[in-house]
Amino acid sequence: MRNFNRMLYVAGLALGMASAGVAAADRAQVAVGEAEVMREMFRGFNPQGQAGLSRLRQDDMQKFCSSPGWQKQKARVKQLEKEQLALVKYPADGKLLGSWEAGERVAQSGVGMQFSDAPGSVAGANCYACHQLSGTELSFGTIGPSLRNFGKTRGNSEAMQRYAYGKIYNSQAYSACSNMPRFGHSGILTEQQMKDLTALLLDPNSPVNK
Amino acid sequence: MFRKLVKGCLLATVCLLPSIATAQSAQSDTVKGIERYRELLADGNPAELWEARGEGLWKEKRGPKKASLETCDLGKGPGVVKGAYTELPRYFKDTGRVMDLESRLLHCMTGIQGMDGAAIKRNAFGSGTNRSDMEALVAYVTSESKGIKMKVSTAHPKEKESYAMGEKIFFYRGGSHDFACATCHGENDKRIRLQDLPNLLNKKDAQRAYTTWPAYRVSQGELRTFQWRLFDCFRQQRFPALEYGSEASIALTTFLAKNANGAAFNAPALKR
Ligand code: HEC
Ligand code: HEC
Repeated sequence: MRNFNRMLYVAGLALGMASAGVAAADRAQVAVGEAEVMREMFRGFNPQGQAGLSRLRQDDMQKFCSSPGWQKQKARVKQLEKEQLALVKYPADGKLLGSWEAGERVAQSGVGMQFSDAPGSVAGANCYACHQLSGTELSFGTIGPSLRNFGKTRGNSEAMQRYAYGKIYNSQAYSACSNMPRFGHSGILTEQQMKDLTALLLDPNSPVNK
Repeated sequence: MFRKLVKGCLLATVCLLPSIATAQSAQSDTVKGIERYRELLADGNPAELWEARGEGLWKEKRGPKKASLETCDLGKGPGVVKGAYTELPRYFKDTGRVMDLESRLLHCMTGIQGMDGAAIKRNAFGSGTNRSDMEALVAYVTSESKGIKMKVSTAHPKEKESYAMGEKIFFYRGGSHDFACATCHGENDKRIRLQDLPNLLNKKDAQRAYTTWPAYRVSQGELRTFQWRLFDCFRQQRFPALEYGSEASIALTTFLAKNANGAAFNAPALKR
């Protein structure tokens, strides 16, 4: 049984990472259990500022998306998206569009949630770290796709508003194991900030669509 | 050489820092600035000041036991510094653990010299006048591996285990932002804002990244070690503070160092 588990693990490594480029011969063919990893994670960090050790505790999504070869588990991926979508809380007043001007400021700000950030500081979203948005901001990252002209190409329908708000609230709801944070679900942004970002994406007057 | 170095340092703080302070939008200026700075220095890097201080610290009789580190075994025998870094982390029989350079130096400083380990850890990352002996020692030891090819072994079962653990930690998602190392370092040709991100799963990127640490960071005016690099990336990952020399940090280092095997070590380097 032990051996079988090990074989599965090694097979998983091969599947999940064969394309990664580090030669297979370099990879240690040894299984390290989840319990050992957890033990060393919890021993290996100290709480500082607003970042306590609870940050190391993984929820189902984080655990699944950390496992080698998760991409192959198509049924679990679908189920995970469903679970995450069910966690999205839409605003009670039904309004999804705030002010794009405020949204642009939130999209620019990289403050928040690091142990070096002042406790109680309002978190930004730092969308520009990963996405192109406005045409005039040239300092944008490429971890995520370009969102240039997002509203212009997708329209501003009720359904699109719900998609954009939901994506910001919980990116995993639409693509499991996305690299994008779950800004609403994880309590990084407020409802108002997410409305403002939705406007930044969809308002025809937003620099994203100009 | 020394005058050139001082001139370079002045240039660095007086001319280059203001352009870095304006951050992202000045990125290309910064890159040009650093290139110019490299040219000016030619064969000099402020890291040499750390290397020289570290060599002094290595040879000096210090601590309650008034001993030098010249009997410290970094893996190639007591006192052997040349090439030692290219084979670290490695398993050490005397402690029964896999250790990276920094945890090994800590072990020697507390054991051979009788120094206070907690105090060394507290002061591992220096700032300004509060200089770190650890950073200096690391600069010295690593400089003695320049030009030598990385050759990290996973022959010992503990080394294999450390590598496998490091790999798991690399993919470990958590925290407020669901980030893992792999979020930022798992694909080719990605950037955060204008900052290029190495894909540490790609051999070429992994080699270039690992063999250029430690580095003198122009933006901080400090020499930073690999433990610092990990500490600061975990900060950006929104994780708590990485414990200096922890098993987790060593495992991650084993994973990254081994993936750099075959490339010539080229640090202490100079970075933005
Ligand atoms: C750490 C990186 C990262 C950050 C920060 C980030 N995103 Fe994303 N985003 C991604 C990635 C990767 C994708 C593609 C995978 C996916 O769809 O989840 C994506 C996808 C999206 C999409 C879907 C695009 C489409 O074609 O439907 C939208 C909309 C989006 N992001 C908006 C935002 C907004 C607004 C912010 C700031 C609140 C933001 N993102 C912050 C990484 C990021
Ligand atoms: C949120 C993004 C992010 C995460 C998560 C992250 N890093 Fe980084 N990493 C960066 C950035 C940005 C740089 C470049 C920083 C610089 O040059 O100042 C970098 C640089 C590095 C470098 C040095 C590359 C070089 O050539 O100098 C290494 C090595 C590294 N990271 C390893 C890691 C490891 C290991 C982890 C997980 C513990 C990690 N990073 C997590 C953003 C990240």
